[in-house]
Amino acid sequence: MLLIECPWCGARDEPEFTYGGEPAVRPGPATEVGDAEWTGYLYLRGNEKGAHRELWCHSAGCGQWFVMERDTVTHATIAVVRR
Amino acid sequence: MTARRLAAGGRIDRTRSLAFTWDGVPLSGFAGDTVASALLAAGVRVVGRSFKYHRPRGLFGAWTEEPNAIVDVTLGEVEEPDARATVVELCAGVAARGVNGRPSVARDAYGVLDLAHRFLPAGFYYKTFLRDWPRREARIRAMAGLGRVAGTPDPRRFASRSAQCDVLVVGAGPAGLAAARAAAASGLSVIVADDRFIPGGSLHWRAATIDEQAGADWAAATVAALAAQGVRVMARTTVFGAYDHGAYGVLERAADPPAGWAAERLWTVRARRTVLAPGAIERPLVFPDNDRPGVMSADAVLHYLRVYAVRAGESAVVATNNDSAYEVALALHAAGTAVIVADLRPALPEAARAATAAGLRVMANTAVLGTIGRNGVRLVDLGPPDATSARAATMRVAADLVAVAGGWSPTVHLASQSGFRPRWDAARTAFVADTLRGDQHFIDAADIAGALEAGHAAGVAAAGALGRTVALAAPRTPPPAAAAPLRALWRVPIRGARQWVDLQNDVTADDIALAARENYASVEHLKRYTTLGMATDQGKTSNVNGLALLAEATLRTIPEVGTTTFRPPYTPVTLGAVAGLRHGRLYAPWRQLPAHAEHAALAAEMREYGGWMRPACYRRAGEDAAAAVQREAAAVRGGVGLFDASSLGKIAVAGPDAATFLNLMYYNEVATLKPGRIRYALLLQETGVVYDDGVVARLAPERYLLSPSSSHTQGVLAMLERWHQTEWPQLRVAFHDITAAWATFVLAGPAARAVLAPFTDIPLADDALPHMAVAEGRIRGIAGRIARVSFSGERSYEVSVPAGYGLALWQALLAAGAPHEITPYGVETSSLLRAEKGYILIGTDTDGMTLPDDIGMAASLRSKSVDFVGRRSLLMPEARRPDRRQFVGLLPADPATVPAVGAHAIERTADGGLRSLGWVTSAFHSPALGRSIALGMVQRGRALAAAGAVVELYHLGRITRARVCAPVFFDPTGERLRA
Amino acid sequence: MRYSAFSLLRQGLAGHAGWQQAWRSPPLQPRYDAVVVGGGGHGLAAAYYLARVHGVRRVAVLERGWLGGGNTGRNTTIVRSNYFFPESVALYDFALRQYEQLSEELNFNIMLSQRGMLCLGHSEHDMEMMARAVNAMQINGIDTELLDAAQVRAELPLANFTADARYPIHGGFVQRRGGIARHDAVAWGYARAADALGVDIVQNCEVLDFIITGGRIAGVRTSRGDVAAGAVGLSPSGHSGVLAAKAGFRLPITSYALQAMVSEPVKPVLHMVAMSWATGMYVSQSDKGELVFGAGLDLYPSYAQRGNLPTTQAIVAAMLEIFPAFRRLKMLRQWAGIVDVPWDYSPILGPSPVANLYLNCGWGTGGFKATPAGGYFLAHAMATGRHHPISAPFDLGRFSTGALIDEAAGAGIAH
Repeated sequence: MLLIECPWCGARDEPEFTYGGEPAVRPGPATEVGDAEWTGYLYLRGNEKGAHRELWCHSAGCGQWFVMERDTVTHATIAVVRR
Repeated sequence: MTARRLAAGGRIDRTRSLAFTWDGVPLSGFAGDTVASALLAAGVRVVGRSFKYHRPRGLFGAWTEEPNAIVDVTLGEVEEPDARATVVELCAGVAARGVNGRPSVARDAYGVLDLAHRFLPAGFYYKTFLRDWPRREARIRAMAGLGRVAGTPDPRRFASRSAQCDVLVVGAGPAGLAAARAAAASGLSVIVADDRFIPGGSLHWRAATIDEQAGADWAAATVAALAAQGVRVMARTTVFGAYDHGAYGVLERAADPPAGWAAERLWTVRARRTVLAPGAIERPLVFPDNDRPGVMSADAVLHYLRVYAVRAGESAVVATNNDSAYEVALALHAAGTAVIVADLRPALPEAARAATAAGLRVMANTAVLGTIGRNGVRLVDLGPPDATSARAATMRVAADLVAVAGGWSPTVHLASQSGFRPRWDAARTAFVADTLRGDQHFIDAADIAGALEAGHAAGVAAAGALGRTVALAAPRTPPPAAAAPLRALWRVPIRGARQWVDLQNDVTADDIALAARENYASVEHLKRYTTLGMATDQGKTSNVNGLALLAEATLRTIPEVGTTTFRPPYTPVTLGAVAGLRHGRLYAPWRQLPAHAEHAALAAEMREYGGWMRPACYRRAGEDAAAAVQREAAAVRGGVGLFDASSLGKIAVAGPDAATFLNLMYYNEVATLKPGRIRYALLLQETGVVYDDGVVARLAPERYLLSPSSSHTQGVLAMLERWHQTEWPQLRVAFHDITAAWATFVLAGPAARAVLAPFTDIPLADDALPHMAVAEGRIRGIAGRIARVSFSGERSYEVSVPAGYGLALWQALLAAGAPHEITPYGVETSSLLRAEKGYILIGTDTDGMTLPDDIGMAASLRSKSVDFVGRRSLLMPEARRPDRRQFVGLLPADPATVPAVGAHAIERTADGGLRSLGWVTSAFHSPALGRSIALGMVQRGRALAAAGAVVELYHLGRITRARVCAPVFFDPTGERLRA
Repeated sequence: MRYSAFSLLRQGLAGHAGWQQAWRSPPLQPRYDAVVVGGGGHGLAAAYYLARVHGVRRVAVLERGWLGGGNTGRNTTIVRSNYFFPESVALYDFALRQYEQLSEELNFNIMLSQRGMLCLGHSEHDMEMMARAVNAMQINGIDTELLDAAQVRAELPLANFTADARYPIHGGFVQRRGGIARHDAVAWGYARAADALGVDIVQNCEVLDFIITGGRIAGVRTSRGDVAAGAVGLSPSGHSGVLAAKAGFRLPITSYALQAMVSEPVKPVLHMVAMSWATGMYVSQSDKGELVFGAGLDLYPSYAQRGNLPTTQAIVAAMLEIFPAFRRLKMLRQWAGIVDVPWDYSPILGPSPVANLYLNCGWGTGGFKATPAGGYFLAHAMATGRHHPISAPFDLGRFSTGALIDEAAGAGIAH
C-alpha cells in the first residue's frame, strides 16, 4: 500500500487518492488538429517501466490534482509536484 | 491408545479438563492444549490422509508448518474447514474431523489408490485422458478438496483496523524481544506481533538462561516491561504480508471473543522500520517411507513434550544431521522414552557427549533406511547414509517415533515478499536474508545467543536509523558450545523406495527427478509440474529439500536453481477477515432519500438505482408493479403526481468565469443562458461519448446549478474539478456538491400549479415562470427553489427545500393535493412517462459508444466555436459514419405485446445468417397511447424512421416486428408542457 | 514419445525412466526465419503455428525468464467466448474452438473443463443489459442462455439469495461451452509440440533491443547475443509498452497489476465459473478443490508483479458478497500478473509501425482464453505479412480512426 506525499496535506495512505493517468498536453484548436495528433493525445501512452509521470488526485482529502513521478517497478516515489 | 501425557510439566492447566470429539469419538484434553497436542496425548496416530494417494499420515509438526493434521473444526455455529490441528486451541465442545478420508481418515476407502501409485507419478494427468477428459474430470473432481465447507453463513464478525508505529517487530522469540526491548528503550513507538498464543517463541521448549533467568521467565518479564513502556505486544497475531512503503498485513485472532466481538481483525500496520525476527522452521530428512505416522520433526517432539507435557512415543529413533537434535534426545530420554540417536555425520559431534553420558545409544554415520508399520511406524531400519539398497540396513529397531532433524530454514518469507531474493548460505545450508535491506532489519541466527545478540543489534540499528540512541545492554546468556557443521544428505540413495518431500501433496524425490528428466528444470516449473509446495502448508517443510533435490537431479548448485518468490500470505488468512467490515450493507452502502420513511409508509417498492434506494412505484393492495406503474402514469397525465427527485444531482458552480468554464465543459451552449433560465445539456467525454445529461440552471450571472443524473453526480463533479485544475486553472470558478443538502420533489400534471401555488411566494404564472425557468424564493416560509422542468411531458415543477424540511414538505404536498387525487409515483413510472415523450435515459438508452448526433443532437457541433470537451473527437471519421446507430422509436406490430428490452433489430445476411442493426433500449405499454411502445438504437435509424420501415426484432430465438418511427410518441409539439 | 494411457502404463512398470524431455534447452542460433519475443502461451502457440501451419523452418521463441512464467501462469484459467461484438466473437470463439480439440492436437492434456460460465445479474436493468448481450451472442452463433433467478439458484446454490442481500440475484446468463483449462498445460503443451517441430525455445534470454535498418526490423539484440531474424513477433503481455518503446513507437496501452488468489482446497461445491457484474468478481473451483478468484485491477500502473493489500481486500470482499458461505475459507496464495490494458480493452494484433515487426498484445485481463487465437494470428501475420480476416479489425490503426471495439461500452461485460 503506497504512502503518497500529497504536496498540500503530507503523507497519506493510498486509498485516499485517485490515479488519473499520464499528464498530456491537449492539442488545439480542434479545427486545426489532425486526426493522428488528436488520437495520439487521446490514446497513446508512454507506459514507462521505471520512472513514470502521472497525475494523482487527493480525492478523499484536499481534492487537489498533482503530478507524481513514481517508479512503476519498485513503487518508490521519485518526486511530487504541485502543478 | 496409549496414555502419553506426563504427570507434570508443560504450560497446560490440568485443573481444566476439556471434552472434545475426534471423528465423533469423545476425547478430552486440558486448557492450554491444541487439538493436535490433545490428539497426540490420546494416542491418535492417523490424523489425516494425503491429498493424492490417501496415505495415512500423522502429526509432523507443532505449529503452522504442519502438513498433515488438516481438520474440519466445528464449535457451535462456527465451522472452519481445513484448520491445522496444531494451531487450533482446544476448547470445550470442539468437534474435529479429519479430512480427505472416506468414511474417516483412520479407515479410508480411497486408500486403495496408493496401490496404483506407480501409474500416477507427478503430472500423470497431462499424459493421459486426452480424449475423454470430461468423464475423467468428473471422477477426479469427486475426490478433490480436503475439508468440507458449510453452506450456511459464517456467523463470525471480522474487523478491519490500522496502526502506525516507528518500529514493527515481527516475532516475539528471543531475537524479537531483544530487538523490541532495545527499540523501546530509545523512546520509539514499537509494535511486536507474534503468531503464537504467548510470546517467547522457542524459549518455551528450548532450554536457555537469559539474564540469569529461565528463558520463558525472561520472555514473560520482558513482555511485561515492554507493556509498561507502552509497547503493544500482540499475541495470536500473524504478519502475513509485506507491502509497499512499510505497510504490513497483520491478522490478529481473538482468543475467546465476547459475543458480538470480532473473531479476527485484519490490521494494516505502517512502520518506519521493521525488525523481522520470525525464527526458523525445521526441515525433515528424506528417506524411504519417511511419511509414516510417527515420523515427526524433532523440534516439534520437544515442543509437545515441554509445552504440552506430551511424549510423542514410547520408543524413539532420533535421526539428525545436526546438533540441535541432541537436546530433544536427552529430553525424551528423561521423560522415559527409549532413545537411539542416528547421526548422519561421519563422526560424533561434541554435542553427542552428554547423550552418550546419559546412556543413550548414539550412532555416527547412520541414516534411517526405511520404516515399517501399517498405520504408523513400528520398526525402523538403520544403516549407512550411502546405502543404495534397503538390504544395506545394519540394524532394525522397534520404535513408534522417528524424530527427524534435517536442519533449519530461516523464515525468509516477509523479506522475500519485499523483493529481496534470499541468498543461499552454504555454511548454514539454508536460504537466508540479508541483515539489513531498505527499512527492514532481518535477524538470522543459529542459536539463542546469536538471536539475542542480533536482535539487540537490530533494535539498536532501527533506532539509530530513526535518529535515536539506545542506552541498554544486550541480554546476557552463556556462550553456546561450538556447533559441529550440518551434513546435508538430501535423500538416501536407495532407488525404488518412495522418499517423501511434500507430505500433503504426495511429492516424492523420484517425482522431482522425473520433472528434471523431462526438463521441467526451472524451480517454478518443478513446483507447478509436481505440485511441490502448493499444499496448504505452502511448502514450509518441503521447499528447501525439493530445491536441493532438483539441483542434484540437474547437476546444478542450489543457488543456480534458486528459490521461488514468496508471496502473501505467510500462512493462510481467513477470507472473512480480509474483507473485514466490507460486508453486507457496508460493502457498498446505499443512500436514502430524505423522505425515505414516508415512502416506506406508502408501501413503496424500494429498489436500488445508482446507489440510491428509491421507490420504483407504490403498489396498492392486490396490484402488481406493472399495474401500479400504469395507474400512476395515468394519474400524472390526468391530474397531478408527486415524485421524489432528491437523488438528482445538484452541483453548485460559482465564480466570475463560471459561464466560460461551463461552456468549455458542456456540449451545448450554456454561456448565453440568461439568469433564471434552464437549458438541457450533454456532458461528453474527451472521446466524444455522451457521459451525462441534465439541466443547467443559471441562477445568477456568476452562479449556476447543474443537475447531473443521480448515479453520475460524483463523476461529474470529479470531471469538473479535474478539467478545471489540470486544463483551465486560470478560470475563476468553484464547485460544490449540494445534493445531500436539498430535498427535491416534482409536482407533475395538469393540476400541478394549483397544488403548489399556496405553498410559495414565487410567482407561478406562466409569464413569470415559464417552462425551463427557475426562481428562488420561499416555500412554506423556508428558503427554497422552484424549477420548471419536465421529464414527463406534463406541466411540472421541481420544488427544492433544505433536506431537513423534506419530510414535512412531502407530507404537506400530499395533503394539499388530496382534492386533486394527487398520486405519488416512482422511478419506473417516471421512466415510462419520459419514454412516451422520447426523452433519453442515460445509461439505459445510451451506452459507452453513444455520440450526441446518435441521439439527434447535432446542432452544437456546428454552432459552438469553443473547444469544448470531446469536440475534436466528433470530427473523427468514425464519428461521421452514415451507418451509426441512431436513437429511434419502435412501434411493435402487435400493440398488445411489449418487446423485450435488449431485443435486437436484425437483418438477414446473404448467407442466411442474422446481423444486428441495434437494440431495444426501453419498452413499455403506454397508457396514454393504449399500446406498446419502444425506444432503441438502430443503424441508420433516422432514415428508417423517415421511410416508416418495419424491422424484425430478435429475442431469445423468437422474432417479432416493429415499425421504426421518430422517438416521440406523445404530445410531439409539447403543448402539455405549457398547458 | 507420444503420451497415452499405454505409455503411462509402460513407463509405470519401468520406473518412469524412459520419459523424454518435454522440450529441449537449445543454444541460441545467430539467425532465424522468425523470432517470437515472449515465451508465454501466446508466443509458444505462435511458434507452433508458424512451424505447423506455415512450414516456417527456423523459428525461435525468446523468453526472458522461464516459459509460461508471465501471465500464462498467473491467470484464473477462464475460457469463454461470450462477447458482444461480432469481431470479438469471431476472435474469441476461434480460440475456444481450438481449445476444444487442443489436448488431442498437442498430445498434452490441457484439462479443458467446459463446466459453463455464469454471469449474475443483480437488477432488472442488469437483466435487460444481459438480454441485449445474450441476443447479440445468439445472433453471432454463440451458445448462451438467459437464466432466471431460480435457474441460477439451481446452478449456484451457495450464492447469496437472501432477501437482504446487498446484490440480490435477479438472474444471469450462461455460456455452457465456457469454463476453465489448466493454464500451465497450455504453455507446456504448445512448447512440447513446437519443440517437436524443431522450434528453438530459449529461456532466460531477454530481448534488450531491436536491430532496425532502413525502417525494417533485421533482428533482435538479446542478453545472449544478437540474432538476425526474418520476421519478429511481439507477444510480451504486460511488457508490450516496454518493447514498443525500444522499437520506437507508443501504444494505446497501460500496464497494471491484476491480482488473483486461491483458497485452501475444499470438497467441490461450486461447479461453474461464476461472475458478478456488480462486484466485478469471478470465481471457480479447481479440480484440486481450491477456489480461484479475482476481480478488478490494482488502481495504478505497475510492473511489479505483486498486488497491493487494499485491492486484495476489495477483491475478497467482492467475492464474499456473492458467496458469503466462503467467508470461513482461508486465502492460501495471492499473486499478480502485469496486464497490458488497451484503451478499448480489445487486443492489438498484426503489423506494427515498423516493417517486419508484428504485434500480439493488449490482451489486458483476458489473454489466457485467447491463447490459441493470439498465437495463430501472430503466426499468420509473421508468415504472410498480412492480417488474417479475423484479426484485421484489431489492427493498431483503429486508434487512428476511432473504430474501437469496446466491449465494456457495448455490453457492460467486464474483461
